[in-house]
Amino acid sequence: MADWEMVIGLEIHAQLATKSKIFSGSATAYGAAPNTQANLVDLAYPGVLPVLNAEAVRMAVKFGLAIGATIARRSIFARKNYFYPDLPKGYQISQYEQPVVGKGSLAIMLDDGAVKTIGVTRAHLEEDAGKSLHEGLANASGIDLNRAGTPLLEIVSEPDMRSAKEAVAYMKKIHTLVRYLEICDGNMQEGSFRCDANVSVRPRGASRFGTRAEIKNLNSFRFVEKAIQYEAARQVELIESGGKVVQETRLYDSDRNETRSMRSKEEANDYRYFPDPDLLPLEVDENFIGAVRATLPELPDEKAARFARDFGLSAYDAGVLCASRELGGYFEAVAQGLGRPHAKLAANWVMGELSSALNRDNVEIAASRVSPAALSGLLARIVDETISGKIAKDVFEAMWSEGMAADAVIEARGLKQITDSGAIEGMIDAVIAANPKQLADYRAGKDKLFGFFVGQVMKATGGKANPAQLNELLKIKLAGG
Amino acid sequence: MLHNLSIGELADRLSAKQISSVELTRHFLARIERLNPGLNAVITITAEQALESATAADRRLALGERGRLLGIPLIHKDIFCTDGVRTSCGSRMLDNFIAPYDATIVARLKSAGAVMLGKANMDEFAMGSSNETSYYGPVKNPWDTTKVPGGSSGGSAAALAARLAPICTGTDTGGSIRQPAALTGVTGIKPTYGRVSRYGMIAFASSLDQAGVLTLSAADAAAVLQVMAGFDPNDSTSVDAPVPDYPALLDAPLKGLKIGLLREFFDGLESRNAALIQDALKVFTSLGADTVEVSLPHLPMSVPTYYVVAPAECSSNLSRFDGVRFGHRCAQPQDLKDLYERSRGEGFGAEVKRRIMTGTYVLSAGYYDAYYLKAQKVRRLINDDFRAAFQKADLVVGPTTPTPAFAIGAKVDDPVTMYLNDIYTIGANLAGLPGLSTPCGFVDGLPMGLQLIGPHFSEARLLGAAHQFQRATAWHTHTPGGYE
Repeated sequence: MADWEMVIGLEIHAQLATKSKIFSGSATAYGAAPNTQANLVDLAYPGVLPVLNAEAVRMAVKFGLAIGATIARRSIFARKNYFYPDLPKGYQISQYEQPVVGKGSLAIMLDDGAVKTIGVTRAHLEEDAGKSLHEGLANASGIDLNRAGTPLLEIVSEPDMRSAKEAVAYMKKIHTLVRYLEICDGNMQEGSFRCDANVSVRPRGASRFGTRAEIKNLNSFRFVEKAIQYEAARQVELIESGGKVVQETRLYDSDRNETRSMRSKEEANDYRYFPDPDLLPLEVDENFIGAVRATLPELPDEKAARFARDFGLSAYDAGVLCASRELGGYFEAVAQGLGRPHAKLAANWVMGELSSALNRDNVEIAASRVSPAALSGLLARIVDETISGKIAKDVFEAMWSEGMAADAVIEARGLKQITDSGAIEGMIDAVIAANPKQLADYRAGKDKLFGFFVGQVMKATGGKANPAQLNELLKIKLAGG
Repeated sequence: MLHNLSIGELADRLSAKQISSVELTRHFLARIERLNPGLNAVITITAEQALESATAADRRLALGERGRLLGIPLIHKDIFCTDGVRTSCGSRMLDNFIAPYDATIVARLKSAGAVMLGKANMDEFAMGSSNETSYYGPVKNPWDTTKVPGGSSGGSAAALAARLAPICTGTDTGGSIRQPAALTGVTGIKPTYGRVSRYGMIAFASSLDQAGVLTLSAADAAAVLQVMAGFDPNDSTSVDAPVPDYPALLDAPLKGLKIGLLREFFDGLESRNAALIQDALKVFTSLGADTVEVSLPHLPMSVPTYYVVAPAECSSNLSRFDGVRFGHRCAQPQDLKDLYERSRGEGFGAEVKRRIMTGTYVLSAGYYDAYYLKAQKVRRLINDDFRAAFQKADLVVGPTTPTPAFAIGAKVDDPVTMYLNDIYTIGANLAGLPGLSTPCGFVDGLPMGLQLIGPHFSEARLLGAAHQFQRATAWHTHTPGGYE
């Protein structure tokens, strides 16, 4: 791959979190019994007509404003015509030539900390199709139209990404953003957030793009990364062995980690797009846009910049903490409880112990068993040297599993740090007395044995000795003081 | 006789208890039973439900309720969904389709107390100008049963002309109300696009389709339109504008009204037909109106434009008839493709297939710009022509059709000749304008229609002009022999 460069563009489909469908009053909730959330409009009965859900428009505009995009004052719904059993009307209503959200952009952070801007070509509203069901049906296919008519925002990027990692970083950024905006639940297992990847390769330094393949329906970040890597490698191998990449649609098989051809450009459908005469052009005015703008929350980048500035965090830490609105909010509550000078400690704990406990037990941060106030109570005991950072981890585990406050755990288990110099000195004396050989070796120049003595004293105190005091006193004693 | 009375007279008799809605309903049901077999105008008769509705109307009347349509029978074109009643759209595809809901206009007329007697025959999916494309066979013109009644609302027009009901609903995509009204000697109005809800009306060409009504007079049409018109939240293209009191405006004086004579409508028009229009103009002049000549230079392009736009929309609108959820499904489909191909191949008739293919073609990659987009441009030009004409005239008039009713079978093998039959009516659909046809005389013993087209939302003006014309001429009172 060294001589080759990948060119990647993503089309992300974010299911909008409206209560009802984009053109009918049916509910959009996931997981209902087949066809129980499909009314006559969703079933495309003769004579029915679509009526646009204003909430879906609000959400699309909210997204557009968040990426600094132009909002079309007038946009058009078109019909994309093709036959498929899960497409009841025989056409999908989708914005084609004139989408509601025009050009915008957003920044992603690369592994080396560099920031790269990715262009968003457009974002448009459309309806989802239903699903075909094959399992458990002999010689037949079932159709579930619950999902038919669910509103989608299709977010189309420029071909600005140059590696699978960049593509994943971009997709994660959009994922974060749509959840911040509360316009999509981001649930990838349920298909609420998925993407198609357009991948091509070209000799490094070339100005023209290679022929691209489109990989359909990728529903996890890992699959996006692996599918792109596989596809780019396939294309390079093909070209290097004298072949030519053909423009086609491919499907990623995650079990075998490969992409396979679905259909080529020649076989592609002619969708016969034309403006849907059942829907008037969508017109949004300044008042509407202003009202939507007023509902915008603090965006992830703004929040991260503020964290970096106000709490003295690194850009990387601030970015991690702002990956979700909930995580950022949690951190901020802990940091405020603890005081600004100790924000770094709060950040480390939120990204460390707390995040691993949440992941381990698969708990959402909103349902965390340790509240921000409880965590800042614990961290305050580190700050005031009641306990060491190491002991604090044990206290945290107890708080997590038993729901107790930090002070209660410390009290009940007698974990209060020993800061009485006399007591520590006494224990040091006992340890030195018990290990004359090590003492002799140390004094003969084996400095590494210092750690041995620290460990022995800590062991004797049950880990409760104040580490700084211990170090200081031990140095004096070992030196013969 | 009851069946020659106006809706107003029927309503008076109902409220005066001189007759009950049940009696009125029985009267028309008996006429349908006796006369329909010779016409094939009504394809579903809902006698039992009609008598129930009539009984309910009588109860409302007994409680002192009054309404222009309370207890008055009607027949719906079979394009309107009627809850629990077969809604075939004249097609084998929907021969087995029982609609699970009422179209908005059906619901509005129902709640006004109108009594549905049955459903009227029509060209398949409203595609036709002679009512010969119906799966249920052609409808015969009561004036001469060897002649067509026009289409696509041919069943509605024939039923009305034969006095099988005092009200028949219709739809008009390229003249489907006005042309059959003209060929059967009745009054038909196609309102402004968006004036009447399309919800529950099976779509042919969504940007052109408009529901309206056929009646024996403009005054009757005013009473029915009053109930049908108005905004419907279920139809995004319906217009949220107040509905004038049409019956109250019928007598607005015509003095000073500027009537535009459409020059292009007379090019090649047969002299006897042209003479009827000139006579009609004299009537208007005698009523105080002024005449001016106006021109629609792009009108000759209306037929080709229409036959791009309408098939394009229909090719997409009819995709939902796929044999999966409702309607005709072929026997033992082998796979998905077979299911689609045979269900649609068997379910649709030749004219519908022709238009689906034409529409698919004009929307295809590589042809879209040359056909569909070009047609949309011409459509705007025609719209502009009308706008210019309405700078000079308050309404424009001309013949509704080039000729009186033609023989059944005469044009079925020549679609282009058939399409040209709509030359005078299509313009109003392309521009979304209201149009009305009123009887204006006879040629060879067959009725001819005078067409009035007005600016958007000028229904009251059209109805008023037609009403006063009818009072001055009485052409609309002529009844075909055997149906008096």
